[in-house]
Amino acid sequence: MPTIKEVCRHVRSKNAGPFWVTIDVFFKDDETFAKYADSPGLNADAIGALYGVDASLVKRFPVPRLQMVKISYPRASAQGGEVERDMHCGQQFVRLLNVDLD
Amino acid sequence: MGDDTIKIIVPVGSLGAGVRADEVRYGVQRGAHAIASDAGSTDSGAAYLALGISKNNREAVKRDLVILMEAQAEARIPLCIGSCGQAGGDAGLYWTRDIVVEVARELGIAPKIAVISSEQSKAVLKAKNAAGKIKPLPPLGPLADETIDACDHIVAAMGPEPYIAALKEGADIVLGGRTTDTAVLSCVALTNGAGAGPAWHAAKVAECGAQCTVYPTRGAGVLISIGKDAFRVEPLHPENRCDPTSVSAHMLYENANPFLLTEPGGTLDVTEAKYEAVDERTVEVTGSVWREAPYTMKLEGAAKGRYQTTMLIGIQDPAVLSRIDEFHDTMRAALYQRVRNTIGDAAGDFHISLRLYGWNAVSGDKPPPGTPPPREVGVLFVATADTQDMATRIAKACNPYFFHFPIEFDKELPSYGFAFSPADIERGPVYEFKLNHIVECDPLELARIEWVDLAKTETA
Repeated sequence: MPTIKEVCRHVRSKNAGPFWVTIDVFFKDDETFAKYADSPGLNADAIGALYGVDASLVKRFPVPRLQMVKISYPRASAQGGEVERDMHCGQQFVRLLNVDLD
Repeated sequence: MGDDTIKIIVPVGSLGAGVRADEVRYGVQRGAHAIASDAGSTDSGAAYLALGISKNNREAVKRDLVILMEAQAEARIPLCIGSCGQAGGDAGLYWTRDIVVEVARELGIAPKIAVISSEQSKAVLKAKNAAGKIKPLPPLGPLADETIDACDHIVAAMGPEPYIAALKEGADIVLGGRTTDTAVLSCVALTNGAGAGPAWHAAKVAECGAQCTVYPTRGAGVLISIGKDAFRVEPLHPENRCDPTSVSAHMLYENANPFLLTEPGGTLDVTEAKYEAVDERTVEVTGSVWREAPYTMKLEGAAKGRYQTTMLIGIQDPAVLSRIDEFHDTMRAALYQRVRNTIGDAAGDFHISLRLYGWNAVSGDKPPPGTPPPREVGVLFVATADTQDMATRIAKACNPYFFHFPIEFDKELPSYGFAFSPADIERGPVYEFKLNHIVECDPLELARIEWVDLAKTETA
């Protein structure tokens, strides 16, 4: 069972406006995309649990052309709040890297 | 692509980031019909809207404007700049207008300048809210008037219509308040017969300048050529190139949905878009669709919250670092107790956060057991309270504990590495975005156009 970092060429995260985070998971090639894009490790429940957000608000968009899956979820608190730790969410991808896919 | 394509120079991802004169010259030589750029977004946080300041220094913005205004005057093509002054509130808009007027005088040119405000009055928005014309976007709920009142400044993101109105009145330069990035880049094409799908999609691709190229650090801008059914994009820098992947991937950037982009008067749908290389540096895109929808503008409102005071220490002591999570928890509990003992109820509903940079400051999570200790950590103390004075009193109360808190209580007290003296730094208030709502309106209803016609002013 490989981890995301083992089957992806690039993973990145960024705020999408003040209330949303978006993560782009680029697989290495068509084959790994086909095999792992629908893995339970990348479904709404898993993302909701990993980032502490309501799974029903997690959006998931496979983009086969780019061999990638985009995952978007609302921030736990709006950008720049009292306990802001990552203003632009640029580091949020890291906790996804060791997630197992099958 | 026929000869009737509309060519737009997008010189840079955001005004002030570093326009290159050679790139703008290249675009003009290619027959550009306009120059367009945005100058900000919500991206850098609510403070810029609440305070009416830019994250850019004035000199950097002026430098870019000198290059762009010179090109505008020589080529006699319009220059459109959206979201002026970062957040696009009136303070940022007029700050930019004053720089533009200063540059015009220094260059000896006399452009006709449209200045379009989209800052909103609370009374107008409350009336819209009462009429049921303001709707929430997830994850927020319905808008309460108290939330409108709490905001320091509110802007509505404009579409292309106010820019088109100003261009039809003969504007040489259009300076807009808060505007969608895509609206300011597409307005000239939309009013000159280009297809709406290609115009909006080209604008989305070009919104961050050279970010949609293969080498985003080579040069700053791109040229978009927009026709009826297709558009092309190429870098302005001779040693850079676009390819189908670099162009199609940009739709992903900072966008929650990779296929749909909601704009004031409709939605751009790129689900069926085809990206093809025309030559080694140019990509042509077909199949972009624009679906008209009832007109709405997105509201952005920023409010000042509670106040913070910070302190920073560095720790290298291996005895502390080998038990850093335990150290964090016991110190934080001791700091809360210290505030209760010395300030008591007067401290109010205060909050203390200790962020261990070098360990887990970004995630806030405890690393898994067995994670090797770091070589050193920086501990950022953040006190939040109702007033600046109280946040600083809390920091001062905590100062000796923060400085000397031991990991072993039966030994000599350690002293950690303060970065500054005085140790406490008043950070001011926390600023937050309070609105994620759309307002139903007519395209020009919430925008106000003022004119600065330097040709008339200078001869008067």
